[in-house]
Amino acid sequence: MSEPENDQDLLTTPLDSLHRELGAKMVPFAGYAMPVQYPAGILKEHLHTRAGASLFDVSHMGQGFLMGEHAIEAFETLVPGDYQAMAEGKTRYTVLLNDQGGIMDDLMATRIAGGLYLVVNAACKDQDFAHIEAGTKGKADLQILTDRALLALQGPKAGDVLAKLAPETADMKFMNFREVEIGGTMCFVTRSGYTGEDGFEISVPSAQAEAFARLLLDQPDVEPAGLGSRDSLRLEAGLCLYGHDITTETTPVEGDIKWVVNKRRREEGGFPGADVILDQLENGVERLRVGILPEGRAPAREGTEIQDQDGNAIGTVTSGGFGPSVGGPITMGYVKTAFAAEDTAVNLIVRGKPLAAKVVKMPFTTKSYKT
Amino acid sequence: MSIKYTNDHEWISIDGDIATVGVTAYALEQLGDLVFVEAPDEGRNLAKGDEAAVVESVKAASEVYAPVSGEVIEGNAAIADDPAKVSGDPTEDGWFFKIKLSDMSELDGLMDEDAYTAYVDSLD
Repeated sequence: MSEPENDQDLLTTPLDSLHRELGAKMVPFAGYAMPVQYPAGILKEHLHTRAGASLFDVSHMGQGFLMGEHAIEAFETLVPGDYQAMAEGKTRYTVLLNDQGGIMDDLMATRIAGGLYLVVNAACKDQDFAHIEAGTKGKADLQILTDRALLALQGPKAGDVLAKLAPETADMKFMNFREVEIGGTMCFVTRSGYTGEDGFEISVPSAQAEAFARLLLDQPDVEPAGLGSRDSLRLEAGLCLYGHDITTETTPVEGDIKWVVNKRRREEGGFPGADVILDQLENGVERLRVGILPEGRAPAREGTEIQDQDGNAIGTVTSGGFGPSVGGPITMGYVKTAFAAEDTAVNLIVRGKPLAAKVVKMPFTTKSYKT
Repeated sequence: MSIKYTNDHEWISIDGDIATVGVTAYALEQLGDLVFVEAPDEGRNLAKGDEAAVVESVKAASEVYAPVSGEVIEGNAAIADDPAKVSGDPTEDGWFFKIKLSDMSELDGLMDEDAYTAYVDSLD
């Protein structure tokens, strides 16, 4: 999407004045003014998230309810996930697919009483909701939640922090959802995140968002963190950034997230692009998303060409940067399947020079979800 | 010895026909924490405006352009080993490279400290 020319054209989240008060550096992202970092800086915010707990504002993301007796089956016509088999209060990561099996967006969908609670990416939310509404018309009712903020509390101490404020969150497991009253605010709490750490995504009414954020920031161990560290954290965790690592041009099989095609759906099909995806599951793909670890210190950024040992182009970097917890550069990208095996030596062409690297298993850091 | 500045936020400390080049504290603040620095090799001939060095933060890579023409007589190996040195002391330990000037007149177009301070103020 095109970025607005100046700040006046940007949307703001309910925490905008709090970000500015905290000294955040604000940048345009998906049409919103968002904090890329606070005065501590991306490195410290990243490392604090792996050691304590960080509060991220992700209110730019889209939230909605898809309700009605037939909401689950209607939703399943758009995604490859099995939602019929899921109990209420369970969350599952899935993807919206086009008819070619390409990924239109990735999203979280939670079974709630009477339907689903959806969280989609900011940059895609208008088209996602239009697509979901059109695809479920007459079978389910989409309610877009424009009056709710979304905060992510992430890190090894997130569980203790939230348990102190809301004891009923203590026994929640990874990808569990619960409606909880915290400090007088009714919240939708999902034990999930985008950092590879334990943590929660918490939806609160916009009017109470700032007071709620301040309550969390008042807790020992909790510091604010911006989109910069959110990106380095998710890259270390091997998680895809939509529009970069997965796009309409990549399928879940190529993107190495084939587990989003749940068993029943694999047997029954009935999702967009099922012919393409089921064929790929059966017969393999020509390229795969892999983790790549450069041997030196130079980061290889998105768009970097990947070559084999003979100088032939075999793929492209889709996300690359520096992993503060890894202490060096980390990269993910697509390579021809013949080069996707772990430990395969490849070269990354950075500023015209080949840099030695090898294919590695992701995540780059150990995930620590509460299971 | 005098210090000059470019509007690409480099400083140039001049001693005879040798210039030491680094980036300013303002530039470093814009970049954020540095995680990778590549200084040019000794012996490299740079024309004014050539890409001379690379600085990378967690988020992005930026180039340092040669503010003057000449031959690189030394790149700072210490900052390549420890990029944090640049942010810690941009004008002393954090220098990038030393260059033997081939055209002293190129210095005339550079800003002095007062002009650079006014330039930075105009950006905020």
